Amino acid sequence: MAEVRLADAAFDPAAEIAAFAAAHDIAGGIVSFIGQVRAGDGVEALELRHFEPLTLPGMMGLAAEVEARWALAGLLVIHRTGVMAPGAPIVLVCAAARHRRDAFAAADYAMDHLKSDSWFWKREQANGKWRWIEPRAEDHADLARWG
Amino acid sequence: MARLLFLGRLEDIAGVPELVIPLTEPTSLGDVLTMLPPFVAEALAGPKIKLALNGALVAAGGLVVGAGDELAFLPPVSGG
Repeated sequence: MAEVRLADAAFDPAAEIAAFAAAHDIAGGIVSFIGQVRAGDGVEALELRHFEPLTLPGMMGLAAEVEARWALAGLLVIHRTGVMAPGAPIVLVCAAARHRRDAFAAADYAMDHLKSDSWFWKREQANGKWRWIEPRAEDHADLARWG
Repeated sequence: MARLLFLGRLEDIAGVPELVIPLTEPTSLGDVLTMLPPFVAEALAGPKIKLALNGALVAAGGLVVGAGDELAFLPPVSGG
């Protein structure tokens, strides 16, 4: 059963990965992905908004899809909402599996769908001004890889 | 009364994150939009905008909003 969380405050990816690994010690491999707020280009902050009735249920649906598609021992998805500073973790996906290819593919699929198919809206503050980030064509191309 | 929610960049276009409109009877989406400034209505009616009525996704075609409803306008997402 996957663990899926929306975090409205900072989380510690290293501690989460350690706890996840301990809880799934039958898995031979764990793949983890951390997305963090990119520094540079004058970026001062990033904000992620969500829509309560759809966002977490959508993430849980995605996790169920991932678990149905690959043979996993466990799956963890944590996604931030709220305002974050450069370097802060935004998203963590961990997939544990008996065989590494399942873990790599599951984490990759989960990230592609979190980026372009989950109910989040992102805006960035640079040089004192906020601007909304539009979806990128690459994100949709990434999604199309999975058919 | 019905509540309209504007997510993402739609909040900046509307100038507010949400708006209460004085509905007393079931009203079509098209008539709801005429209660807003034309440039806001145009942005909300865009082909990429999805709609959620009381938290559930709905199609724009034939949509009717009643008193007490909450209608959310959801622009293209950008997460991760």
